[in-house]
Amino acid sequence: MAFTRFLTASQTAPIRRTTTESPAIRRLFIGMALLFLTLFLFFPLAAVFYEALRKGLGVYFAAIVDPDALAAIRLTLLCAAIAVPLNMVFGVAAAWAIAKFEFVGKSVLITLIDLPFAVSPVIAGLIYVLMFGAQGWLGPWLVAHDIKIIFAMPGIVLATVFVTFPFIARELIPLMQEQGVEEEEAALVMGASGWQTFWRITLPNIKWGLLYGVVLCTARAMGEFGAVSVVSGHIRGLTNTLPLQVEILYNEYNFAAAFAVASLLTLLAVVMLAIKSVIEWQTRKARLAALAIRGEPE
Amino acid sequence: MPFRLKQRNVLPGFNLAMGYTLLYMCLIVLIPLSAAFIKTAGLSWADFWSIVTAPRVLASYRLTFGASLIAALINTSAGLFIAWVLVRYSFPGKRLIDALVDLPFALPTAVAGIALTALYAGNGWIGSYLALLGIKVAFTPLGIVVALIFISMPFVIRTVQPVLEDLEPEVEEAAACLGATRWQTFRRIILPAIRPALLTGFTLAFARSIGEYGSVIFIAGNLPMVSEITPLLIVTKLEQYDYRGATAIAVVMLVISFLLLLLINLLQRWSHQRYTT
Repeated sequence: MAFTRFLTASQTAPIRRTTTESPAIRRLFIGMALLFLTLFLFFPLAAVFYEALRKGLGVYFAAIVDPDALAAIRLTLLCAAIAVPLNMVFGVAAAWAIAKFEFVGKSVLITLIDLPFAVSPVIAGLIYVLMFGAQGWLGPWLVAHDIKIIFAMPGIVLATVFVTFPFIARELIPLMQEQGVEEEEAALVMGASGWQTFWRITLPNIKWGLLYGVVLCTARAMGEFGAVSVVSGHIRGLTNTLPLQVEILYNEYNFAAAFAVASLLTLLAVVMLAIKSVIEWQTRKARLAALAIRGEPE
Repeated sequence: MPFRLKQRNVLPGFNLAMGYTLLYMCLIVLIPLSAAFIKTAGLSWADFWSIVTAPRVLASYRLTFGASLIAALINTSAGLFIAWVLVRYSFPGKRLIDALVDLPFALPTAVAGIALTALYAGNGWIGSYLALLGIKVAFTPLGIVVALIFISMPFVIRTVQPVLEDLEPEVEEAAACLGATRWQTFRRIILPAIRPALLTGFTLAFARSIGEYGSVIFIAGNLPMVSEITPLLIVTKLEQYDYRGATAIAVVMLVISFLLLLLINLLQRWSHQRYTT
């Protein structure tokens, strides 16, 4: 079996004593790192499920099938379903322009794409209030035409789009830069149209990177709290996303229900991490296979 | 060759892709962000200054930047340590732990906030033991540091890890052959190689921490002058319909964030240069 062969190969490899520490120190270091991770990472993860199930499964499921919670789940999924594709199209377009062409001001453009990462989520919400709120630039016009953006779903979508704006572009730009332009040029020389080249050559090449970006983007879109909290208005059953529902329940001292809803978000985060790990594993395997074909050592 | 904005290229779609990128970026990011600056430009300098240097606001800066600095420093040392252990040693469950390191990025901040509060409150798993020692974490500034450590933990690990992985073992072997101890090799050979990555991770963690809101508000206690962070102050002012005050403080935070972003870019360019030469 390939797996056992791999194991024995690594076990029979000579141990380089000069470039590692003594077993005692190694064990101490591993222990210290695990202690830190346990205190700050694994305990919070375990605490969510412990608190959620503390009052029993009945309370847990009652909190999740509560109409307000279900409305929050629907709104959260809907917002992510709008925000993620928008940022996906942007990410692909931006990566195509940046990775496949040379132009003046490229590094400035890349920095601008990163901008939303540097902005506090609260400020991300605030700027949309300044644009579309009743006191904002477009406020009077929106009121006159009876369009609600702030304290309604469009505002939540906009805030979500803002905070998740760089994720997919950030994943695709380095990937497409690394892949170069030869394959696309070859397709064009052989008579493929631009769109054919994109669908048949570029997209299959970037599919794992794209999926990776979409996973990160979705996780953040569903979990965003600060920006959404500023523009949502916290109307129960109407403009409450799952993270806001957690806050409301928590502030009402309904801890079991708050942690029950939080456990849904936690499960989602764990699933996203699992998908992310699988993708990383896939791309590593693909890279090793490519190296093997070219006959290069790792 | 005459100067041109874009070099010749046979690939199609530059105008479409670039046009869409710029349009989308202006609509979603640049125009809304400029709204904050234009709104603040309506204030006189004296008004602006008195808003952003009011005692309560100054206290919130001190708390936000102080707690972020402490959290980023702790995460830099712990992150280096964890990255080292994950790259250099093998132990059972390593792949699972490696995957879980990204949890703070995937977990919604509100969930992190209530989970940490439950743990570090006086009756929590960790808080009850700390209470015996007379240490209160939840609802004090210390709680803010704990929340910021959690949400910014992966940055240093994830920036240092790839650099450690690519480090050539030959250099360390050479150092050992020349009679260096492990500690000397680490300080003189490894540390200089990973310093740019460490600094980048530190700055990313710091930048993320100063803007953090969701996880902190649950654990902080939120007392004005004591445990009120700047993003919370912005929200408080917004809820009181004090748009000018909220925006003025937001502009201060935005300028600091932009400077940090610039610094991160310079650091990454530096580490890239060092890495490739």
